[in-house]
Parts: sequence; structure tokens; C-alpha cells
Amino acid sequence: MDTPQLSSLYQQLILEHYRSPRNKGELDDKTVEIHMANPVCGDEIRLQLRIEDDQIAEAKFVGQGCSISQAAISMMTTMLQGRSLDDAHALAQRFTELMHGDEDAAKDKALGQLRALQGVSKFPVRIKCALIGFDALQEAMKKHAEETTD
Amino acid sequence: MTTSRLDPIEIRREFPTLDQLVNGKPLIYLDNAATSQKPRAVIAALKAYYEQDNANVHRGIHELSRRATVAYEDARGKVAAWVGAAEPAEIVWTSGTTEAINLIATAWGSDNVGEGDEILISVLEHHSNIIPWQLLAMRTGATLKYIEIDDQGRWILDDIDSLITARTKVVAISHVSNALGTVNPVKEIASAAHDVGALVMVDGAQGAVHTKIDVQDLGVDCYAFSGHKMCGPTGIGALWARKDLLESMGPYQGGGEMIHFVDRQESTWAEVPHKFEAGTPNIAGAIGMGAAVDFLADVGMDAIVEHERDIMEYAMQRVGAIDGIRIYGPESLDEHSAVVSFTLGDAHPHDISTILDSEGIAVRAGHHCAQLVMKHYGIAATARASIYLYNTRDDIDALVEGLGKVREIFA
Repeated sequence: MDTPQLSSLYQQLILEHYRSPRNKGELDDKTVEIHMANPVCGDEIRLQLRIEDDQIAEAKFVGQGCSISQAAISMMTTMLQGRSLDDAHALAQRFTELMHGDEDAAKDKALGQLRALQGVSKFPVRIKCALIGFDALQEAMKKHAEETTD
Repeated sequence: MTTSRLDPIEIRREFPTLDQLVNGKPLIYLDNAATSQKPRAVIAALKAYYEQDNANVHRGIHELSRRATVAYEDARGKVAAWVGAAEPAEIVWTSGTTEAINLIATAWGSDNVGEGDEILISVLEHHSNIIPWQLLAMRTGATLKYIEIDDQGRWILDDIDSLITARTKVVAISHVSNALGTVNPVKEIASAAHDVGALVMVDGAQGAVHTKIDVQDLGVDCYAFSGHKMCGPTGIGALWARKDLLESMGPYQGGGEMIHFVDRQESTWAEVPHKFEAGTPNIAGAIGMGAAVDFLADVGMDAIVEHERDIMEYAMQRVGAIDGIRIYGPESLDEHSAVVSFTLGDAHPHDISTILDSEGIAVRAGHHCAQLVMKHYGIAATARASIYLYNTRDDIDALVEGLGKVREIFA
């Protein structure tokens, strides 16, 4: 790995999540599910959440795709367990800022392991891979809000 | 005239884009099945047209219009000769292969296909040779049937009598698969289709690039191809069809150029091919495609085919020897052209492509607009290296080295 950009992209932590994704599988008592796919590249995710009292009690996913998309989703789910919806929303926004090259976001410890994905921001064509999980999360929270206000 | 052997180093000098660094490394362009690079002669033809002759065709009396019309119609003649058309009028300019297929599916399809009729295509098709027929089937109530493929991505024709029946109205198939490189037995299926009176439409987007096309010898009714995959500009392509077939068809789009006389309630149509060329055409594109055909003729199609075969033999052997690689498509190069479609261990094709890109190597990763092929193999995507006349064995060596890097990262 003599190309610096490439080594910043394929961090060990990312490859490790790609090979052993966390929280992968069906969530039997989910309260909301979002299917999201990128037809251009075949990345695909079904994000399943159990939301109780404005909190994400549990998050799981089923999906397939490249190392970046799958690692990002896996890391995301580890950070969602027990998080309030407001917090989850803030996390999604912060991560999106990270992907668009925001230097403050890169230093923000609140992003935890997700900071390993910082290198993706240098690969414009791969940013959408990293964001598919959080895009699904935002949609899931939106759907939850619509269903609960009815 | 035709030289017996092609010198890729000399050829490369004709392609300005190839002479550059990408991510600090010399560009190795292996995404030719998506689009080819353009030789100086084609770029010069476009420039000359826009700098000297730019005018609308056919309707002007002035000098520039005359020149533009002559160049535009000359290009039609060159492309007609290139594929062995009986006359230039058998070439309809389109925006590309996709529009050519849509033209037949719409203009011919709406008058000739009805409820209960059958349309036969294959699982190997690019989406551009699936969707127009799906739309026709939905509009008319016809049944869309598929030729299945085997493990090597070849048509299974054992049961051809149940595939092609008395109800079959059209057989629409690709000459060469863009996703796998499979060279299809077009001649055989054309003959079986004609036995029941069905129309044979060929998607030649890849076929016209890698084989010498003689539409008479192929024995088909329509052959669609694109300029940009064979050294020409984007946005131009051609439909070859037998003249009597074109004459039997109603118009495709209405507009200027395609009419003879216009009245308030009805009009009469221009002669073919102009009947199918509504609106101001892609004049520069047509001239550029004519220049591309001149360039290819100058290099010699036999020399190109021979060179590509050599590079493919080398590529299949070198890439095939990599640990963890799986190459899709036919094993025999008699049935496999210009494309190495592969997966490598558990590295996703998009990751493969990103890593190769960092080495200056351009390949494509994805479903290659052939989702039915991916479904057949139960995969989401492949990485695809596709070659052309300017690729060298050194390019393949660089690819193999780059794939070594992929293995290091995903070890």
C-alpha cells in the first residue's frame, strides 16, 4: 500500500467490519424498516430499527455491497443502540459533514469509530457508498415520525 | 492500406487521451466496452466541421449547407460500406444503439406485434435490448421469452423449437455480450428465426467493434451499433436495416426532415432513411463516425481482430492464474471477445476498481447494464477489463500487478 490515499481509505478497521459486520441479520421485533439501494453499483441495505419512546432500542441490517458501504453500516449500527432519535439525527448530520470533507467533523470524538471512514471523503465517487446507511437511517426516522403522528 | 500486423505503440500515438498520468501513474485504459478513446483523425474531423463547414443539412441552398450535407451523406456511405449494406439508404443515423433498437421496437413493433405474439431475447442482453421489448410486450400484450445461458455465459439452444415458434415475431439478440464478452451464434439463430418468418434484430454495440461486420453474411434484418465504442464521438450511432424493411415501416418520430408534404390533417413521409431522421441530426457526430470508420479501415479490421485475440489470450492466462479470481464468460476465445469480467475473492468489484484506479488503471465495476446476467450468476457485480486496438501486453501486466495490490489489501 504505497499510495497514501489508498491506505487512508482501506483502514484495517474498515476491512475488519466488512469481514465481520456487527448487527447483521433480521430484527424480529422491528418497528420500522427501510430498504435502500444504489442501482448503479448494487449496494443494498435493509435497515431495521426498534424504536421505543423516541429511542433506538435496537438496530440491525441486512445487505450487500462494497467494503465501504458495509463497514459504514456496521459501524453505524453499533453506535445507534440506545441512542435518542435527536442524537441519531445529529450523528447522521455530523457523519455527512465528515464525508464532505469538514475538518471539524474529522476531529469530533462523537463520531467514534466512524472517523476511520474519513479517507472516503478524498474519493468523491465512493462517498455515496459510505452514506447509504445513514441515508437509510434518516429515512427510517422520517417514516417513524410520519407513522407516529398519524 | 491494410497492414498485416498492428503496432500498438504506434497506434497509441494517435490517441491523445492515452498519453497522461492518472493518480501519478501512466493511464492504462481498460474500460473500452463502455466507450473507446478517440484518435486524432476523429477529433480533427469534428474540429474541421465546426470551424469550416458548420451549417444545417439538406435544406440550405448556400455553400456551407452544401458542404455540410455532402460530408454528412459521405459519412453515411462510409458507414454503410463498413457493415456491408447494399446501399447508403439502408443506414439510419441514430443517437446510438439504444435509439436504433427503440426505433425498431416502436416503429416496426407497433405494426407487427400483437397480443399472443412472442418476442425472443436472451438473458445476456444489455438493458437497452431488454427494456424496449418489455415496453413493446406491455403495450401489445405479446409474450417476452428468453434464451437462457449456461455456466460459461453461452446461449442454451438445445430446445430451440420451443424458443422459436410459429408465434415468434421478432428475435432480438446481441452479437457480443458487453458484460461477459460472449460471441453469440447470430447466424444460426437468424436462420432458425427466418424459418418461422420472424424479424432478426441484432444489438451490435460490441459486435461492430471487435469483428468485421458483413450484414449480408450474418443473414439478419437489422443491425444496431454506436459510434463512440469504435473510435467515434458519443451521441451518434446507426441502424442498418434492409431497405424493403425500412420502406415497410411507419415513421418513428415526427418532425422536420422526415416529411415530404405536410397538410393540416395528414402528411406524407420522406424517402428512407430520412423518414426516420426527424429534426436536425447530429451532423458533426455522423462526420466523426465516418472518420472513425476511415481510421479503422486504415489500420485494418483483420489486424485489429488478430491483435485483440493476442491480448485476450495473454489476459485470460495471466488474470486467470491469480489466486481467488473467477472469470465469467466462455473459456474458449473462439466464443469470447475483448472482455475479461471477473470477481476476486471477497473484494467487492467497486473496491477492486478504486484500488486499480489508484494505480492509473481504468476498469468498470458493476452490473454493466446487464442485471439479468448478474442474477444468473447470483452476484451483484463484476469487475470488467475490456480491451481495444491500443491495449498492450504491458497493460495486462499492469492490471495483474494492480490486482496483486487488491489481494494485499483484502488478504
